Amino acid sequence: MKYETVIGLEVHLQLATQTKVFCGCSTKFGQRPNSQTCPVCLGFPGSLPVLNEEAFYFSIKVALALNCQIQNLIKFDRKNYYYPDLPKNFQISQYDMPLSYNGVVYIAPQGSGERKRVRVKRVHLEEDAGKLVHPERENYSLVDFNRSGVPLLEIVTEPDIASTEEAYDYLVRLKSILKYLKVSDCDMEKGSLRCDANISVRPIGEEALGTKVELKNMNTFKGVRLALEYETKRQIGLAQEGEKIIQETRLWDSEKQITTSMRSKEEAQDYRYFPEPDLVPFVVDNAVIEKIKNSLPELPEAKANRFISEFGLSEYDAGVLTSQIDIADYFEECVKLYPNPKTVANWVTGDIMAQLNARNITMDELDVLPSSLTEILKMIESGVISGKMAKELLLESIETKSRPEDIVKKKDLFQISDTAKLEKMAKAVLKREKKSVRDYKSGKTNALAFLVGQIMRQTKGKANPAIVNEILKKELEG
Amino acid sequence: MENLYSLTAHELRELIDKKSLEPSRILDEIFKRIELLDDKIKAFVLVNKLNAKAETKIGKLFGIPVLIKDNICVKDENTTCASKILEGFKPPYDATVIKKLKLEGAVLIGKANMDEFAFGSSCETSFYGPTKNPWDLERIPGGSSGGSAAAVAADETILALGSDTGGSIRQPASLCGVVGLKPTYGRVSRYGLIAFASSLDQIGPIAKDVKDAALLLNVIAGHDEMDSTSVDLPVPDYRKSLVKDVKGLRIGVPKEYFVKGIDKDVEEAIKKAINILKDLGAKTIDISLPHTEYALSTYYIVAPAEASSNLARFDGVQYGFRAKDAKDLIDMYVQTRSQGFGNEAKRRILLGTYCLSSGYYDAYYLKAQKVRTKIKEDFDNAFGSLCDCIITPTSPTPAFKIGERIEEPLSMYLSDIYTIPANLAGLPAMSVPCGFSKNNLPIGMQILAKPFAEETIFRTAYTFEQVTDFHKKKPKL
Repeated sequence: MKYETVIGLEVHLQLATQTKVFCGCSTKFGQRPNSQTCPVCLGFPGSLPVLNEEAFYFSIKVALALNCQIQNLIKFDRKNYYYPDLPKNFQISQYDMPLSYNGVVYIAPQGSGERKRVRVKRVHLEEDAGKLVHPERENYSLVDFNRSGVPLLEIVTEPDIASTEEAYDYLVRLKSILKYLKVSDCDMEKGSLRCDANISVRPIGEEALGTKVELKNMNTFKGVRLALEYETKRQIGLAQEGEKIIQETRLWDSEKQITTSMRSKEEAQDYRYFPEPDLVPFVVDNAVIEKIKNSLPELPEAKANRFISEFGLSEYDAGVLTSQIDIADYFEECVKLYPNPKTVANWVTGDIMAQLNARNITMDELDVLPSSLTEILKMIESGVISGKMAKELLLESIETKSRPEDIVKKKDLFQISDTAKLEKMAKAVLKREKKSVRDYKSGKTNALAFLVGQIMRQTKGKANPAIVNEILKKELEG
Repeated sequence: MENLYSLTAHELRELIDKKSLEPSRILDEIFKRIELLDDKIKAFVLVNKLNAKAETKIGKLFGIPVLIKDNICVKDENTTCASKILEGFKPPYDATVIKKLKLEGAVLIGKANMDEFAFGSSCETSFYGPTKNPWDLERIPGGSSGGSAAAVAADETILALGSDTGGSIRQPASLCGVVGLKPTYGRVSRYGLIAFASSLDQIGPIAKDVKDAALLLNVIAGHDEMDSTSVDLPVPDYRKSLVKDVKGLRIGVPKEYFVKGIDKDVEEAIKKAINILKDLGAKTIDISLPHTEYALSTYYIVAPAEASSNLARFDGVQYGFRAKDAKDLIDMYVQTRSQGFGNEAKRRILLGTYCLSSGYYDAYYLKAQKVRTKIKEDFDNAFGSLCDCIITPTSPTPAFKIGERIEEPLSMYLSDIYTIPANLAGLPAMSVPCGFSKNNLPIGMQILAKPFAEETIFRTAYTFEQVTDFHKKKPKL
């Protein structure tokens, strides 16, 4: 029997608000433990939460960008459970009325060539917990509450994802949208974006869902991919052996590259949700939503479509350029300075992105001004440098953080396009390389390349190869 | 001249304003009085003799001693809710009401005993032991703000703050023969009040007369951006409502409050009091609040449910009591909470946890919230067209004996049967002294009004006080 996978993803996103979701403490990452706390986020007796407006607006922004409907009445609930990183022993969250629901994200996994809808079941706002620290070889644990109360947005899909590739593509696209919205740094390593998965398998053709397993502790995009691959195989294996799949929560072990059981359904907690009495439910003004809607930036899909229609780019190039907002912005800046979109696109998707990948850095970190690239492109066009020189120039400009023009001047890299000078050199070479001249005349046309090479070597690559080519041909045939 | 401790805040303020009284003399007298009496009454869990001083010399309460219920946070001072589990807890911040008192020059003289976490109607569940009723030391002062009410009645303080979740200000005020007001839900900030049931709790004044209650409410009322449930409405000067005039006032008398279970003396006293107001030109209207009979059961679902969650934070991790020698994390939780909470607290945590549990939520918590809406509608209808205020007994009986009900939670819970509806509906309600039982125990009359109509209550109560002297009687100590 053949099996298919059914996956639903649950993303937790820390919102990059100035202050925490229910108090005025800073959300800055990496500060001294417990230095960013107050009675509210420490859950001290008598303290009360007050909703941070910015966190609410950020949430609505995300909801609208994911094509969600917005709840008319915003209400919070308490999720009750005991854990030392949760100072009140309940988390303020949203239960039966998430602030938005029924959204959709379009995915198009590489190779499939098809666009697919992944329905977003709900997006809701809650508070993050603190962090436990376990000192090595000690019999105690420490708690850092700096993270306690950082706004957390939970984005849950329907079980619409049918493969690891689709899951990966969904995450990439979701992250891309979230980065466009500038609501989070989406850094999985810092924990500002976390992903859990629900996964089950069923015989192809079967409509009923199989028993689902919840996967946790996948701390990187790669981890998500590996864990889902592993779990797919494990579950199909069990199904094929006729063994029962147990409904449980499993943890991804990135070292051993396996998933292990954390708790079964029977051990699942009763969170005893009830409405948070300390926060008054409120009605969202439609005008506010309209205002947020109008302030949304152009999102990846729309931008890609515009790049295709406005700049005549291929669907592929447009997709690559718009996958990250800073790359898309860089491209557009360059096109403003050098209105030849196709050439710019080639360079950005080619050399620039190759540098980003090689160095594993972002566009911001690369620190190359759009004008640096366009200067280089202009120099190629006017024949000041060759294409090959341009690539080296770009690299040097990145490494030395200098302007390409300055490097060209300093190293005297100007291309030699002076016809008289090159004619003189050509004549000398033809006199010297008699054998090659004979070869050429007898029909071995690739001798020409050798002769061009001689001049290039003599000029240390600065001769304009097109002109050299032309001159040599004329001399040989004339 | 009378002893200073027996005067009211407004009388003392007048003397201070006329420069004929140095405020430190009040404090001296009050602390002497506490020293003399509190071994017997046990109204205080903390006497702040060393640090008691006004932080400013200007202010509406400059020089006036105020006793604070032990569930209101005072910066760097023990705040324990009369529970072992908060042993040694010193909040790093002031509750909003405390900030306001300090700004107006009030002198915080200590913390008042109470039922543990405000769970009770007799002050007997306190970890520190019970407070006694100044009118009869063998009887309870009421609760949970029993320490606050007893101290005011015994002249151990001039003013006191209490908190009221189901009658915790009004019932002890009634049983101790003083004035106690639960303001409209949202009138006074709850920031810094250690929550019992967040949707019901409200801080309010306990005082020797209606005018002092107005004075104190003037100081503590108002919107607070630290409390989302506090309401952003202007605060009137409640002293302006202190007018002797009830002509044309329509008093609703709900038939559901005068049924089986009410003490004869109490019923008589209330009826006499209503007649006094009638003689002054008020009209009475027989009304019905048909959902009254469900109030107690509704309350004992909603309040413990919220409490079970509010009290979850007392786990020994950050502050207060932590059991020694726990084997692991779960054991630390279990031991800390088993040893730290008293029986009534455990009972309510269990009740609340049960009501919120999966499979029971709809039948209990959700149903209770629906009934709560019905109870509120009863009052909306009454205040909508029929009456301006409602008068009922505050408590079905005068003060009962210590130990009489502590083993029977249900009979204890019935002490609050008349006060609970105001909390469920969020209404303001006051208890004012209106008589004495045959064995000389105070009886209180409860006056309720629609939300934010504290002024109506003040006017009615003040008028009654002007023609009676129940509030002037003092216990023999």
